[in-house]
Formats: sequence, C-alpha cells, structure tokens
Amino acid sequence: MHLVEAIGLAIAQIRVQKLKSFFTLLGVMIGVMFLIAVVSIVEGMSRYVQTGVAEKFLGVNTFNVRRIPDMQMGDVTPDEWREWSRRPPVTLEDAEAVRAELPEGTRWAVEEANWVVPKSQHVSGGPQVITLGVTTEYFAIKDLAVVKGRIFTDQEELLGAPVVVVGQEVAEHYFPGVDPLGHELRFGDIPFRIIGVLETQGSYFGLSFDRQALAPFHSPIRRLTHDPRQGLYAVAVQASSPEQMANVQEIAREVLRRRRHLRPDMKDNFALESSQSALMAWEKIKNYMVMAGIFLPAVGLVVGAIVIMNIMLVAVAERTREIGIRKSLGARRRDILAQFLVESATLSVVGASLGIALGAALAKTIAYLSPLPASVELWSVVVGVALGAGVGIIAGMYPASRASRLDPITALRAE
Amino acid sequence: MSVESESVPLSTTAERQVVLGTEGVAPGQDWVIVTRGIRRDYDMGGEVVHALRGVDIAIRRNEYVAIMGPSGSGKSTLMNMIGCLDTPTAGEYWLNGVQVSHMSDDELARIRNKEIGFVFQTFNLLPRASALHNVELPLVYGGVSSKERRERAMEALQRVQLGDRVDHRPNELSGGQRQRVAIARALVNRPAILLADEPTGNLDSTTSEEIMRVFEELADSGQTVIMVTHESDIAAHARRVIVLRDGRVSSDERREKFVASGGRV
Repeated sequence: MHLVEAIGLAIAQIRVQKLKSFFTLLGVMIGVMFLIAVVSIVEGMSRYVQTGVAEKFLGVNTFNVRRIPDMQMGDVTPDEWREWSRRPPVTLEDAEAVRAELPEGTRWAVEEANWVVPKSQHVSGGPQVITLGVTTEYFAIKDLAVVKGRIFTDQEELLGAPVVVVGQEVAEHYFPGVDPLGHELRFGDIPFRIIGVLETQGSYFGLSFDRQALAPFHSPIRRLTHDPRQGLYAVAVQASSPEQMANVQEIAREVLRRRRHLRPDMKDNFALESSQSALMAWEKIKNYMVMAGIFLPAVGLVVGAIVIMNIMLVAVAERTREIGIRKSLGARRRDILAQFLVESATLSVVGASLGIALGAALAKTIAYLSPLPASVELWSVVVGVALGAGVGIIAGMYPASRASRLDPITALRAE
Repeated sequence: MSVESESVPLSTTAERQVVLGTEGVAPGQDWVIVTRGIRRDYDMGGEVVHALRGVDIAIRRNEYVAIMGPSGSGKSTLMNMIGCLDTPTAGEYWLNGVQVSHMSDDELARIRNKEIGFVFQTFNLLPRASALHNVELPLVYGGVSSKERRERAMEALQRVQLGDRVDHRPNELSGGQRQRVAIARALVNRPAILLADEPTGNLDSTTSEEIMRVFEELADSGQTVIMVTHESDIAAHARRVIVLRDGRVSSDERREKFVASGGRV
C-alpha cells in the first residue's frame, strides 16, 4: 500500500518535470545503456565463436587429433613452440590405430588441406579455395549437406576417384550461370569431376565455408594437400554423445601414447583439440572484454547516483512540510525512510529501463552497421533493472534518512 | 454534558486550586490528560529559555477546553507537548492512562496516530492528494486495510458534510471545506483527543462560525476537544478556558454551556 503510493508519487513527479527528470536519470540511463550494449555484443561474439568453433571448425561433440593445436588464442611461449616443432607428424597409421579402438557409434575421419586456386573451362584464377582431402564421414561430422548432386561414396574414397564436392562460392565463381555438376575442375592441373554442391555455410572469423572443395582422401588431391612434416592436418573424431566425449578422448590419447612409447611421466606429443579447449581461450578474452566493458557503465552509474542523491535532497527540502504533516499523523521514521527510498529507486529504475531500451537499440545498431554480432540477453536486462533499483536505493539512503530524522514541529513550520 | 457540569465544581477562587493541582488525580479512564510539573527548556545559543515552568493540567474525557495566552506564554509549546510532537524536559504527561513523557520517536508516532487528531491553522493537507486520500492517511500509517480505510474515510467526510467532495484536491476546495477535510482526517482514527491549533486563524468570520459549529457538535457527541487560540471569542465556545502566562497556568475556568454559546467573556 505504501509501496504503490510511493511509486505513484515518484512517477507523478517524473511526469510533471520531464526535462529535469531526464537529466536526473541521464547518468543511470547511460550507465545501463552501455552495460547492456557491451554485454550484448560480448554475448553475441560469444555465440558467434561458439557456433564457429563448435559447429563449423570442429563439429558437435568432436575433437581433432593434431600434431599441434590449431585454434590457439592467447600467448604461446617460445618453449612451447620449440616443443611443438619437435613433435612427430600424425600419420595415417596413427589415425587407423585410433579408429580400431573407437566405441560403436563414434565417427572418424582424416583430413588434409591446402589452399589451391583451381581452374575450370570457363574461369581460371580467382580467390584461393580451401582444398581438402577427407574420408567420407567428414561430411557427417561437420554437418555438410549437398543442395545438388551427392557426396562421394566409401568406394570412391578408397579407390581415390578424382571427384570433388564444392562450396557455393566455388560453384558460382568457376561456373557462372552454368550447372557445375559433371563438369571438370582442375586442381594443380589434375582434373576432378564435380559430383555435388554444398549448402550455403556462411563465413566465420573471415573464413568463408562456401569457398571449399572436398575430394576423397586417397584421390590424387593428396599430391597437393599432403605435408610430410605435418602429417595429417587432423583426425576428426565425433563421439556419439557429449557424455562420451571424455571417454573417447582418453581412448585416442592412450592409443597414441602407446604407439609412441611415451612413459607415464612424459607429456603428450600431440594435441587433442575439442571445442571446449578452444573456447576456454575465448572465455579468457571475453572476461577481459567484460571487465573493460563494465568500467564505463560503472562511471555512469556513480554519476547517476550522485545526481539522484542531489535531486532527492532537493525533494526532501521542498517537501519538508509534507514530511511534518505525515509525521504528525503518525508516520514513523521507517515510513518516511521507505517513502523516499522507494521514490528514488523508482526514479532510478525508470532511468535503467530507458537505458536498457537504448542499450539494446545501440547493440542492434552496432550489429547492423558492423560485422560485430549482438545478442541481448535476458539476464543482462534483469541485472540492469536490479542495478537501477540498487543505485536508487543507495543514492536515496542519505536524503531519506535526513527526511526521516526531521523534527515534526520544525518540519510543520517549514514553508 | 450535564452530568459532567454537575460533577465538576464551577470555578471559584477556592475551588480553582482543586482543578489546577493534579494531586490525587489518577491518570486513567476518566482523566484523558494529566500533566504533572511539566517543564520545557530550550537552549537558544547558550541561553536557556524556559517555555514551560511547571504546568499541571487535568482534563477529563469529553471536555471541550480552550488554551489561551499571549504570544510567548508557552501555549504552542504546551500544545506540541499535548500533541506528543515534543517531550518535556521535566515532569510527567499521562495521555489516556499511558505515560508518554519518556517515549521514543516511533512510540510517539504511534500515539499520535491512535490517540490524537490534529487540526492546524493552515489546514496542512497534502496538496497533490484528493480529500479522500488525505483523510485516509492516518489509517495508512495505522496499518488499516485499504478497503476499510476507504469506508472509514468516506464516513468521516460525510460526518463533516463533504461526502460529495471526496475526489477534490485541496486547491479545489474553499478554506472552510479544507478545514473540514482536516477535521475529518483528525477524526478518522477515532482519537482520544481532537487537538486544534488556531483552527479559525486563516478563515473569515462566517466560515469561522461554521467551523466552530462543527466543533460544538463534536463536543456534544462526546469527543474531547482541546483548542489553542488567542482569540477570546473563539475560546468562548469552549466550556473551560485555561490561560497560560509566562509558562504557567494563570487561570482555569469552567462555565455552563449556555454561557459559552451566549458569547463574550
């Protein structure tokens, strides 16, 4: 009952003095606005990285066995580099040995890759294409489907048939206005027959997944993609469920350690790279960004709190007589305290709400105008409102306590 | 009223001492206000001002009392004391059988809420609130449910003939109407005493008479009314007049009702 009354009073106050209220709320508004905008963009990037890493680069529930880690965010020490450069390559034999011990339902693929500029009868030259030699389950692991044609079969893969599945961009660039299926595309002068075109994949981290071409691992593409020092680019293993991930990773680790005769005290001389390990590095970067992003809103909120405190002090002075009346009618200290606290909290929450709306708009605008993605999270809205109420209560504390301690006789005499 | 007039002796010099002193008066059901040697000192920048120098007053339930005195006599201080807005430097004050002279701020607030209905010279209504809301206010602080609040506030406004003005704000009402809203507000919690501070000070003579009639009716219906005023023709409406001078009671007289309504003293 007090609460509704006090909130109503605060809102009436805002309505009567729109401009003054706007300036009062500016600090809180800007603070919350930046908070929402920063959090939205960081969260947006986070989602982007997650989809990019987990679904595009690696695949769901998938880890790569590699000689050295590929997705490394953060610093690498010279010692680490030296250790990496001494590592033996991951060979096809390694990959086969891992495969032999994988549990039922686990997918397995090997992958070699290089940048190649192919040639068609229509077009020669153009952007580089990620050219991959892969085994058949690679398509399932990376969730690659064709819009036209088909992927290659196990048989074609084992026999090394010169066939290729290309991404949308490759198809459009080399076969403008022509159906590429059945046509020849030359990689390093080796002719491959196009048997499928992939669905549009989009691009992540500036890398277009529509600019790739996939040929059977054992096909002549290996002449272009095989690097004897590096060995296989990766052995991709997809566990049947998230729960199986750790188990399957351990199996792969044991197989490799055994094959390489590593003693228990020796570190792995290969990398098992999961989306989790890659995302850990991102989390670190994200935390820095959030911390930096919280500084500016914090300044806004402090300024906002000071302004609200001043306004509330003015309100207490203006309404001294009202306080006297209320006290003479039986309002206790805590009634007066509550009234002014609710009023300043309401004021501040209104500011915070405007800030949330503006922040969300700002985030969406930035997302629209730049490649940065944005995602307005519910929790950031809740935090914004809570912060608003908190700032209001803290800012209102001193004025409200002054009001509550006014002497009723003096207050009644005030004009 | 007649019972009371008979039981309390009319003031003569000899009998006045009996009324003035509060020796032998037991604070309780019958005596709504009993003060014993109330003193109030103010420290005005090192110099101590004695506003009240030992006041003994006993007021029975259902009395209609005017407190008079020139400015500086201490009548405002006494009113603040009786209204529980202030506590005495020394002495005892019993209100409705409860000693309130040593209570804390919040306890006093509760007493003000339950036992005292204030009527001020300047009405002291909340300007932004409707008449109804103003009258509801003491019930809000008394913790009364909103439904009951509304009913009781309506009832109180009807009692002062303002049942048709409940949604008006103070600035939409005349002076007399405003004071009647204030009276309704003072009565809504059924207080032990109605305490009026110069209730007609801001009103013209016609309106003053109208307000005094309201007081008269309230007193007739059994409400204890205490009124602070410096106007003798207003004080003349009361059945008992206490005059303060230099922080002490200088006279305390009772009179029959017909004398009071008859006019001047």
